[in-house]
Amino acid sequence: MQTLDPTPSEPPVLVDEPTDLVPPKSPRRIGWARRRRALSAFWKTYRRSRMGMVGLVMMVLFILLAVVGPFFVPAKDVSVAFATGKPFQPPTVHWLLGTDNFGRSVLSLIVVGSRISLIVGFAATVVTMVLGAGIGIASGFYGGKTDTLLNALTNWFLVIPWIALAIVMASILGPTLLNIILIIGITSWAGTARLVRAQALTVKERPYVERARALGGGDLHTIAHHILPNVMPVIFANTVLTVALSILAETTLSLLGLGDPNSVSWGGIINEAFQAGALSAGYWWWIIPPGVMIVLVVLAFTMCGYALDEIINPRLRER
Amino acid sequence: MSDPQPEPDVAELGVPVVEVEGLEVNFKGRVGFFSGLLGRKGSDAKAVDGVSITLHEGEVLALAGESGCGKTTTARAIMGLLIPDAGTIRYRGEPLARSRRGLRGYRRQVQMVFQDPTAALNPRQTIYEIVAEGLRIHGVPGGPDAKTEEQLVARALSRAGLRPPERFYLLYPHELSGGQRQRVVIAGALVVDPTVIVADEPVSNLDASVRGEILALLMKLREGSRISILIVTHDLGLAWTVADRVAVMYLGRVVEVGPAEEVLQRPKHPYTKALLNVVPEAGGTERPILQGEPPDPTRIPKGCRFHPRCPVVASGRAERLGILNRCIGEDLALEEIAPGHDVACYLTGLGEEP
Repeated sequence: MQTLDPTPSEPPVLVDEPTDLVPPKSPRRIGWARRRRALSAFWKTYRRSRMGMVGLVMMVLFILLAVVGPFFVPAKDVSVAFATGKPFQPPTVHWLLGTDNFGRSVLSLIVVGSRISLIVGFAATVVTMVLGAGIGIASGFYGGKTDTLLNALTNWFLVIPWIALAIVMASILGPTLLNIILIIGITSWAGTARLVRAQALTVKERPYVERARALGGGDLHTIAHHILPNVMPVIFANTVLTVALSILAETTLSLLGLGDPNSVSWGGIINEAFQAGALSAGYWWWIIPPGVMIVLVVLAFTMCGYALDEIINPRLRER
Repeated sequence: MSDPQPEPDVAELGVPVVEVEGLEVNFKGRVGFFSGLLGRKGSDAKAVDGVSITLHEGEVLALAGESGCGKTTTARAIMGLLIPDAGTIRYRGEPLARSRRGLRGYRRQVQMVFQDPTAALNPRQTIYEIVAEGLRIHGVPGGPDAKTEEQLVARALSRAGLRPPERFYLLYPHELSGGQRQRVVIAGALVVDPTVIVADEPVSNLDASVRGEILALLMKLREGSRISILIVTHDLGLAWTVADRVAVMYLGRVVEVGPAEEVLQRPKHPYTKALLNVVPEAGGTERPILQGEPPDPTRIPKGCRFHPRCPVVASGRAERLGILNRCIGEDLALEEIAPGHDVACYLTGLGEEP
């Protein structure tokens, strides 16, 4: 019969230099220290992506423009009644991007419009993510009939042409800012839900989920502590791409005249230009600059999104 | 052991903590869509088919057998991780609750150690969070003079041999060695002060060098805290080293159960003997008697379910002894041949050794 030494041998000693900081005592500080460490490691990887950095710089500039820019534009500049310029003025030194049919500075309109475009982009993304993640996790985690039902719903939203659905909803609900946000969110969550469901399906089979159950954790505990944190990276990379798509969707709806008529957005500017016949009259300064802005902001978010995806998605890593 | 009368050895064994009686677990067979339309039914796999085992206080019981014999399924059923088709599981005399709250209370007492520590730890959590998870689920620490969460985590980590505990708080599972990860899993179980630990192949994924350490750790827990341990293993040599009692399973049934010394030194079932033949500690010859794999659990052989592979049947000895017809035709149950030593084999009725 083999005998065992009842005391375990030497307490295992770590070879690496893992903790350079003094271990904090309170659980909350431990959690924060972990997050800080994870974030700095993430930043180190992200910084190496040139595409990601260019996208990030552009994104920050656009956000700055949207947050700060409108404060430098006098209210009368964008007012139909009090605009100071002559209508349809081509770009000059004084009117850098010319004027529209009411004599408003197109540059001022673009600066003011950036705010609405980004607000709609971000808010619609939040709606998309909450719906997509919620439905995706419920579908993947619970499985069975829940999954069949939610998956059918997801597929329905995936195959229906979103623009048709959005037009119908916009004409029923009416074109307010909040409705535009909801419509974009409701028409675009399906892709996210599909992605999240797939991830939840693989995560829920991992033994640590079983361990959580054996410890006595219920469904909510498992979802909050194990499923969600492991699905989060996928959601996060997807979020940034969704912002770009939401901005584009808002532009499309505004262009079709379904935007909020009371607020200036880039899509709205282009729509007004179309209505005023800017295309045939050759008022290029009224159409091209907002268009370029849309392209650039979408590009910025897309670049960031792809860079994130490359870091987070293991299949794209090391390519 | 459904008999409520205390048998001679029971007093020595201590109070039954977990009692499993007549446990049955079937896995539903899948059937194709069109075959289903034609009325074909998938054949159920009887993973566990009438298992009764008892785990006593402060005891180490090894549940041994080849892969696919239902030992892990039995362990999972004991943990309440799957719902058995039949049979009862009792904890200190109380049937296992199926309600969420009842199960949670039970799981504070009965904890599990997993086979693959790498997979059983969430890679996105730090060691501190992993160990504290049980405390958070059960709302410990509570009460006025209770220890803080941090103290309890530190205590569990050092009980599991991870010292000094503070050094591990902020590490991630991938920064530890396999043995250390298994210690973390054990610490995560210990933190809620369980009375029973169900260990499913706790060392089979570890290096030989750390195996002994992890086993010694489990043994120390038993001695120090009177924790009962059910250890699921395919390795009779391991059972030999650590267990007080051994239950050998074959194809969903317990075929032999008894004190480790008895079962492993004087096996009464041909299957146990065949398994021991490859265990060096038991004087094994390293030449396996057993050929092939256990039959498909969807098609369990009639009679003694071991007969298609039984060396006693194959050598013609069963025929000479006149038990062959029963071996291949009559199902049989465990029979007590010595105090606390039960065997399911027709040989024992004749007083024959396998």
